Amino acid sequence: MEQYKWPYKNEIGEAERVKSDVLVLGGGLAGCYAAIAAARKGKSVVLVEKGATKRSGSGGTGFDHWESACTNPCSSVTPKEIAEAYINEQDHYSNGIYHYITCREGWDRLADMETFGGKIRDTEDEFKGAEFRDDKTKLMFAYDYENKFTLRVWGTTFKPALYNEMKKLGVKIYDRTEATALLTEEIGGHKRGIGAMGMNVRTGKFMVFEAKSTILTMSRPARIWLFSPDTMGLSEFRPPQSIGSGHAMGYRAGVEFTMMEKSVKGEFSAAGRSFPPYGAGNNHNTWYAATMVDARGVEIPYLDRDGNILKTVSDRYHPAKGQKFFLKGGVIDEAKYEYRGPETMDFAELMKRGYQLPFYADLSKMPELERKVIWGMMVGQEGKTQVPIYQNYTERGFDPSKHILQSYGTGWQSASFLEQERQLFGAPGGVLEDWDLKTNIDGIYAAGDQLYASDCAGSACATGYYAGRKASDYAGKVDFGKVSEDDVKIEQERLYHPLKVENGMDWRELNMAIAKGMQNYCGGIKCEDLLREGLSLMNSFEEEYVPQLSCQNPHELMRTHEVMDILEVSKMILNACLMRESSSEPLHFMRSDFPEVDPEKDRHFITIKLVDGKPVKGIVPHDYYGDVEKEYEKRNQDYIGGEH
Amino acid sequence: MSEIKAGAELFAEPVTCSTRPIIYNEDLCIGCNRCADACQVDVLVNSTEKGHHPIVMYPGECYYCGACVMECPVKGAIKLEHPLMNRAKFIPVK
Repeated sequence: MEQYKWPYKNEIGEAERVKSDVLVLGGGLAGCYAAIAAARKGKSVVLVEKGATKRSGSGGTGFDHWESACTNPCSSVTPKEIAEAYINEQDHYSNGIYHYITCREGWDRLADMETFGGKIRDTEDEFKGAEFRDDKTKLMFAYDYENKFTLRVWGTTFKPALYNEMKKLGVKIYDRTEATALLTEEIGGHKRGIGAMGMNVRTGKFMVFEAKSTILTMSRPARIWLFSPDTMGLSEFRPPQSIGSGHAMGYRAGVEFTMMEKSVKGEFSAAGRSFPPYGAGNNHNTWYAATMVDARGVEIPYLDRDGNILKTVSDRYHPAKGQKFFLKGGVIDEAKYEYRGPETMDFAELMKRGYQLPFYADLSKMPELERKVIWGMMVGQEGKTQVPIYQNYTERGFDPSKHILQSYGTGWQSASFLEQERQLFGAPGGVLEDWDLKTNIDGIYAAGDQLYASDCAGSACATGYYAGRKASDYAGKVDFGKVSEDDVKIEQERLYHPLKVENGMDWRELNMAIAKGMQNYCGGIKCEDLLREGLSLMNSFEEEYVPQLSCQNPHELMRTHEVMDILEVSKMILNACLMRESSSEPLHFMRSDFPEVDPEKDRHFITIKLVDGKPVKGIVPHDYYGDVEKEYEKRNQDYIGGEH
Repeated sequence: MSEIKAGAELFAEPVTCSTRPIIYNEDLCIGCNRCADACQVDVLVNSTEKGHHPIVMYPGECYYCGACVMECPVKGAIKLEHPLMNRAKFIPVK
């Protein structure tokens, strides 16, 4: 094998200190909006991103629709009714604060985006006259055409626009820098966040970021059950560097999490049992509401919530008779009756009626503008679709007016996962926040996918901006903390340790072992003995094998750090699973030793945090955030008054 | 492999995997490294040879997002394609 000289400087052992009022960890959508909000408030801002901010994060190469923009000029729903619908739909295992902020401020962020140079309207009149387009504002809508609260957007333009805006505002961006640990100080038993540490992933330089307030925007954990050492980048839905380092460092620092016992049977792993998202025939999300046909070419019927067959394509985008609005997209698959939208006939019923696999998406049977908006706009603007799906398939000869695209497995999901192949997907656990999007530790805030029960690009933008405002207000009231030099030394030693090990273990081997362990001990059916076995295994990895990890350059060192974080998060998940002593449908949580499903006594959030190195359980009522509208308005009069 | 010391020369060996996500057209690539700058996964490593395309050092880590192609100033200089197993089938309308 050819060996190359590393083209970047070797700065291993060197250290740099950086100070700012506000520190943002993670340069995805949430992080960028957080940085912009803080900079607009006149704060000095540092943003730390492991990849390259211009195209980093789940929305780096685009996203196609923005949910819950309830205050856009065409909307006929209120923020309160949509936020509360989400809370009810998810049986209150939902993040009311996060949803309300999304519903209330999402449109403001889209309006911002337009001033930054992002495209949110059909300015070229490409879709003039389409039912989903408002010809006056040129805004375009998805799902519910009657209520118009989900917008179709040109997300490929968004990240570069945010990047340029941050540059304009003087945000100091540290690309290729992984954040690895939070800095805290404790005065009189009161803990406060005072910055973070990390490492340049190309040069190995150690970084200390001191700040008055810190915002965690580092997505959610991944590669816990699903890991392919061969095509690691395809293991999960989100980018491979988004593996939950924010969760791991938060947990180590004492941040409180909730819903960490929730995991779902795999939905996306293009290294394994599914196809690339939006790259196979289906009728969900980006592809809603594509016409589907079976192997014989017979059209699969769409039904309203009462089981009535819908006659036209247009009917698929309207609420049922007597229904005000319906919910679709993101975390919503099979909504409760109250919010259920049009959907294709149930798979079992189709089999009974003689429909034959495989199924296909057949856009040729749709009106021209509906076809073009799915293939060409949505598939094209959604992340990871412009080049590997839209361009590649077009080059291979795919023409949506002449061809039908196959679905795999049973129906539209194009995936056939096993029960133990799990993922943190569909509004998984994360940081428990208050109405300031503050964690339980003063000076540490969180936004986007780092929050519990979160999902969707629009929410990342809205909560990112909101956290940026609140973290700025806090930074205006406090001084810098005093960094413990011992903490710095310990972290530096922890990070560099794998460079000192000769002929040790590759990070992939440990990641494979964690994934197999989690499949065995934290799969579809859980019980105390299994979970304890799992914990014991993870502890043995920590004690015996983490010290044996070795690598040869800063890039591989970053991957090694990631696996150490994956191990930390796996332990948090196992402990959280032990804490819930009943089963739960909304949490996709099944305990064979506690088979009772959602008993009254356990209908609350169970929280987990580390105290003196030990996981401690907490209980928080589902409605801890109060009436979403009232509580929001109590705390945001400055914003409502026009101070954006 | 011995201990990595501060200031020492660092090395990397391309990590082989079963797929080739990114293929450069050497005649078209101008070696500007914009693709390597855009890659959020840092799959690509800048070439030390001026004018030469980056090295696909960690192909198995590719996320297939297409940022490298989107940022490339020369059409056709980079080809990104999903592994064979991920190319869904399409057929003429029935």
